[in-house]
Amino acid sequence: MNNVFQINKIITMKINMQIRLTIYIILAMVFAYSFSCKPKTPGSVSVGDAASKVYVAPGQYDEFYNIVSGGFNGQMSVVGLPSGRVFKILPVFSVHPENGYGYSEETKPMLNTSFGFVPWDDLHHIALSTTKGEHDGRWAFGNANNTPRVARVDLTTFKTVEILEIPHSSGNHSSPFITENTEYVVASTRFSIPIGDEKSRDVPINTYKENFKGTVSFIKVADDGEMSIAFQLVTPGVNFDLARAGKGPSHGWFFFSCYNTEQAYSLLEVNASQKDKDFIMAVNWKKAEEYIKAGKGKTVKAKYAHNVFDDHTHTATSTIMDEVVQLDPSEFDDIIYYIPCPKSPHGCDVDPTGNYIVGSGKLAALIPVFSFNKFITAIQNKDFEGEYDGLPVIRYESALHGEVKRPGLGPLHTEFDGRGYGYTSMFVSSEIVKWNIETLEVVDRVPTYYSIGHLMIPGGCTAKPHGKYVVAYNKITKDRYLPTGPELCHSAQLYDISGDKMQLLLDFPTIGEPHYAEALPASMLMNKQVKFYRLEDNQHPHAAKGESQARVERNGNKIHVYLTSIRSHFAPDNIEGVKIGDEVYFHVTNLEQDWDVPHGFAIKGANTAELLVMPGETQTLKWIPDRVGVFPFYCTDFCSALHQEMQGYLRVSPANSNVELQFSLGQNGQ
Amino acid sequence: MKYIHHLFFISILAVITACGSGSEKQSAPGAPAKPDTKAQVPASIREGKGIGEIKNVELTDPLDETMVKKGKAIVDMKCAACHKLTDQRVVGPGFQDVTNKRKPEWIMNMITNVEVMLDEDPVAQQLLEECLTRMPNQNVSIGDARDILEFLRSNDLATIGKKDGAVN
Repeated sequence: MNNVFQINKIITMKINMQIRLTIYIILAMVFAYSFSCKPKTPGSVSVGDAASKVYVAPGQYDEFYNIVSGGFNGQMSVVGLPSGRVFKILPVFSVHPENGYGYSEETKPMLNTSFGFVPWDDLHHIALSTTKGEHDGRWAFGNANNTPRVARVDLTTFKTVEILEIPHSSGNHSSPFITENTEYVVASTRFSIPIGDEKSRDVPINTYKENFKGTVSFIKVADDGEMSIAFQLVTPGVNFDLARAGKGPSHGWFFFSCYNTEQAYSLLEVNASQKDKDFIMAVNWKKAEEYIKAGKGKTVKAKYAHNVFDDHTHTATSTIMDEVVQLDPSEFDDIIYYIPCPKSPHGCDVDPTGNYIVGSGKLAALIPVFSFNKFITAIQNKDFEGEYDGLPVIRYESALHGEVKRPGLGPLHTEFDGRGYGYTSMFVSSEIVKWNIETLEVVDRVPTYYSIGHLMIPGGCTAKPHGKYVVAYNKITKDRYLPTGPELCHSAQLYDISGDKMQLLLDFPTIGEPHYAEALPASMLMNKQVKFYRLEDNQHPHAAKGESQARVERNGNKIHVYLTSIRSHFAPDNIEGVKIGDEVYFHVTNLEQDWDVPHGFAIKGANTAELLVMPGETQTLKWIPDRVGVFPFYCTDFCSALHQEMQGYLRVSPANSNVELQFSLGQNGQ
Repeated sequence: MKYIHHLFFISILAVITACGSGSEKQSAPGAPAKPDTKAQVPASIREGKGIGEIKNVELTDPLDETMVKKGKAIVDMKCAACHKLTDQRVVGPGFQDVTNKRKPEWIMNMITNVEVMLDEDPVAQQLLEECLTRMPNQNVSIGDARDILEFLRSNDLATIGKKDGAVN
């Protein structure tokens, strides 16, 4: 289509108006023909019963929850499949004025880091917790790419409940992939950097080879979900890209794609693309675990934040940690092995059986598939082709199951349907390619619109895929939707893969830039949703559990307003005696005990955002009045027929005023 | 740019004329019809006991002070924002005299089964017309509702010297 436009432009410059018009019509007809009647073009790939396959009737539920990364918006979105409907924007690494996340006193600590308060990040990948390699519906993990962090979301509340910063890392891209039973979440650095004390860190950039190191952090996940860095492997400096844990027979291993094994530090698009092969780095994490248990690790200084949200106090706390245990794999001969992988591998995916590892060299014209068994045999036979920075490199052919020949251009990621097929996204040629894992034959391909990045089959990275749909997450939408100025939406496309041929069913725009996503059956989550917080269990130190506890207290220049809300009034709703120079803390407790009855709270001039308080919850908004007057506050979430009556007044007097602190409800001149 | 627009419109026209638009399936699975619940008034409603899990409450005397105390704590936390202990209506009606006006079963059904009560019980519906705010479900257990009832009996005794006047 672009070609048509370009030809058009060239012609228009050269030919007069009349001829031009004729040519337009001819070209337009040709264009329209190619657009509408040939197979595999946008107008016709979605045919027949596509609409009924994605139609979820009013009042009916979607079949899958799809948790989608938001990329540069730092959030996740919760989407239904097959409808593509968005249910929730779930703030993780970014502030969210809509519900006060990152603005309320309780949630500000979630975004604390060793760099202070960081209100944004770039969330690329989702990992849903698994048991025995299958989704278990407990948590969703997400990575912060810029200021390295890993977050955990509770799937019963769809709230971010924990954020752990990763020290000695820079660009936490190769994260948050998990082991078969969610024993560990990994976080490996995209950008290698000099690490250690200040002197070791202050080195010339051109000493990359000597001084720059990669780190791979193994984050232990406790039974209740709490994360802690168990150990960090310090590796030769490269760029870590993506990773997958082994499963079944390969449980105990972790596979990381590495590029820039050239160790370039400038103009990487050329200098990091020199070698024919980079590596998949295989890590025997069970061995590393043993060495750590045996005390072989080294405790080093580190500074990183660990932020935890407590469901009973509805409050997050941030703790700055000061050390971490590191292990140098070059001191051991059985932790790390490199497998050569063509041309800057991006995706590194393990099939449902755990027998095959698929590397996707984004500049390669083939997809190598490695055999776990052959890899282990190669290790046993010391079938090495050399060393990389002192660590063994397995001979490529010895670990190789085979290559998918000429799959398309720019292979990035592979998911699996559980029926013996892999589905690989092709960024450059904008298509999904389906191939047979055993025979390595390409059996089908469909176009995507346009420039697909990640792709996702529900359960497609686990031991138990639900191979009904594949979703493409596209980088470019150009002409697919109504245009919205220079910035266009990103998109997802849903394909039916239940038959031999993939069939495009639906296009839908996404929130932010989707990178990886996962999906699991709705039945795993929908019946265990928290509907409200029990007032009896509310342990917030500033909760007012009942209107009789509603009050206003002064403590120096701090005013604590213990405010309750219920349909449809606040208590108290008249407050006087606040003075310039005071800091006012509105602790709002929602007394409702039923599902879907949040109350909002906003006050004029607040430099933060609103609060959106769930039933039974307490949240705090800090407000510093800067001028004398009477300030209204009100409920922002339409709660009842008398929602517009849900308001209050707060009087602010000059600093030297002698107006007494007082509060009331329902005293209307009586 | 204009040309591109022309091109686009002509193309679209051509698409429509060349290939036509296939007929689309529109059949949506219909939701099953709800049975008409208003056809017959349940006996419990006719008897003034409302509707819900509470069929029969055995009242005891004298009042159980432990229950009264527990009931008051729940009322303070979950109810008092809308119901005063006097006869003053705020969001909902005041509690005073309620055990003399409503049967114990009605009171406990109203607390534990408020959505259905507001849909089906004529007394509850009349109160909604007066107060205009739907009473929320405060997720009170049946045991807790019984404690609340005991507290309401004690409140009536303390404020007007008479309780349980609606019991036959």
